[in-house]
Amino acid sequence: MTGLRKATNAMMLSLCGLSALLAVAALVAILGYTISKGLPAISFQFLTSLPQPVGETGGGVGNAIVGTLLLVGLACVFGIPLGLLAGIYVAEFARPKVAFAVRFTADVLFGVPSIVTGLFVYGLVVIKMQGYSALSGGIALALIMAPIIARTAEESMKLVPTTLREAGLALGIPRWRTILSIVLPGALPGVVTGIMLGTARVAGETAPLIFTAFGSRLGYQGLDEPVAALPLQIYRYAISPYRDWQQQAWAAAVLLVMGGLVVSVVVRVLTRRRLH
Amino acid sequence: MLKLPSTVPGAGAGNSMEASHRGIRVQDLNAWYGRLQALRSINMMMEPKLVTAMIGPSGCGKSTLIRCINRLHEVVPGARVTGSVLLDGVDIYAPGTDPVELRRSVGMVFQRPNPFPTMSIFDNVAAGLKLNSRMPRAKLSDVVERSLRQAALWDEVKDKLNQPGTALSGGQQQRLCIARALAVEPAVLLMDEPCSALDPVATMKIEELVRELREKYTIVIVTHNMQQAARVSDFTGFMLMAADRAGELVEFGRTGEIFTNPRDKRTEDYITGRFG
Repeated sequence: MTGLRKATNAMMLSLCGLSALLAVAALVAILGYTISKGLPAISFQFLTSLPQPVGETGGGVGNAIVGTLLLVGLACVFGIPLGLLAGIYVAEFARPKVAFAVRFTADVLFGVPSIVTGLFVYGLVVIKMQGYSALSGGIALALIMAPIIARTAEESMKLVPTTLREAGLALGIPRWRTILSIVLPGALPGVVTGIMLGTARVAGETAPLIFTAFGSRLGYQGLDEPVAALPLQIYRYAISPYRDWQQQAWAAAVLLVMGGLVVSVVVRVLTRRRLH
Repeated sequence: MLKLPSTVPGAGAGNSMEASHRGIRVQDLNAWYGRLQALRSINMMMEPKLVTAMIGPSGCGKSTLIRCINRLHEVVPGARVTGSVLLDGVDIYAPGTDPVELRRSVGMVFQRPNPFPTMSIFDNVAAGLKLNSRMPRAKLSDVVERSLRQAALWDEVKDKLNQPGTALSGGQQQRLCIARALAVEPAVLLMDEPCSALDPVATMKIEELVRELREKYTIVIVTHNMQQAARVSDFTGFMLMAADRAGELVEFGRTGEIFTNPRDKRTEDYITGRFG
């Protein structure tokens, strides 16, 4: 009997170990393959110059780097206040029924395929503005980002003990000030993690940009003009028949992965320091 | 039901005329959490610059009662109050009374030490002033030092005012919370089982402090510990939960009388340890 129990235990443990190994192996394989394919093509010129016409060698993804920074920046400008205020509202002010409705909406919004969000913004903004634009791309990304931020902000503010809110109120500090200066700082590691998660998620989005930012061979031309983005450029280059472009797609993929990695490492370090 | 000894109003020796107006008068106070009545028909007088202890078994409404004195009870969703509480003759539940203003003159210390975890020792004490008004740093330093001295904590923390408040021991944290409450210069100090999370030595320090603070503040202390009530208070109120779970005041009087010569059988049973 004990023999059977021990055998089952050993088998289950090795299955767990194997699964963990597979998960890590997949990550390492993706990173390794992307880097081995892309790294050789990364150079100063690749990072700074604009794409060359088909047939000419050289050129780079400077336009896409600028575009991604711009789009993510716009997404942050719209998405962070929207998500943060929604999260604060649900955690601190909303009655239970309203809180449930907002939370449910955020969860649904989170689950909407991002290409649908792109189509929605196309109908709402692109058609109204009569053209693809950086602005519409930023709005589409903000809509994807906001529910992530709202939910993480809400969850981490709820973890701040009620007794701290009461301590603030008992000192004669107004409620809004208590939330702003006592609850929010306490929830900051969680809030920042949510913002970073949202940022990393939208930085890699392709689908919502297809009908909004559209892509461009030029750098920044104005908020009402189309703009390039790294994921878009990867998509277009990767499906092109030209070896040179395919090579550049790999290199751009490395940039994107590295960007995400840097962001998540920075977040880990920052939030870990806050805990001490 | 209610047995107020005739000697109670104005019992502070020699100042009976003044005392009938000053201090805290609770009149026919009822409190609810949703549908559950937590307090029923409480009538009592808390004398100025004396210590009133509230004793009774868990759930009898002692904490709810003192949370009605700084209007913190109503912060809980679904909570409400009827009746009145007169603070120096002014009804704090009169329409137009600002609970935020009220709480500046009625400080509170909670059951578990709850220093603001994101703030230094200095900022914890200064929080009530900093988050309410703009006060010059120099003046703020004076207030912080004075408050920490009053809370008998200055000598222990004067060299580490910039360290986080949560780095202190439990007893020191509780005295920090007392200093924080005193910094806004309240007239009343409410203490909700301030020693229940502390060891005997830390408890003794807090009790010494209560006896010192009694000279300047009207203190209402809720405690589970009858010896503590006997040691620190001038008046004692004994509360019990009625059959429908609403808390009622069984007996109120001078601490000496309550503990040596209780009028109500239930009080006697409780203080002699026959139940509770």
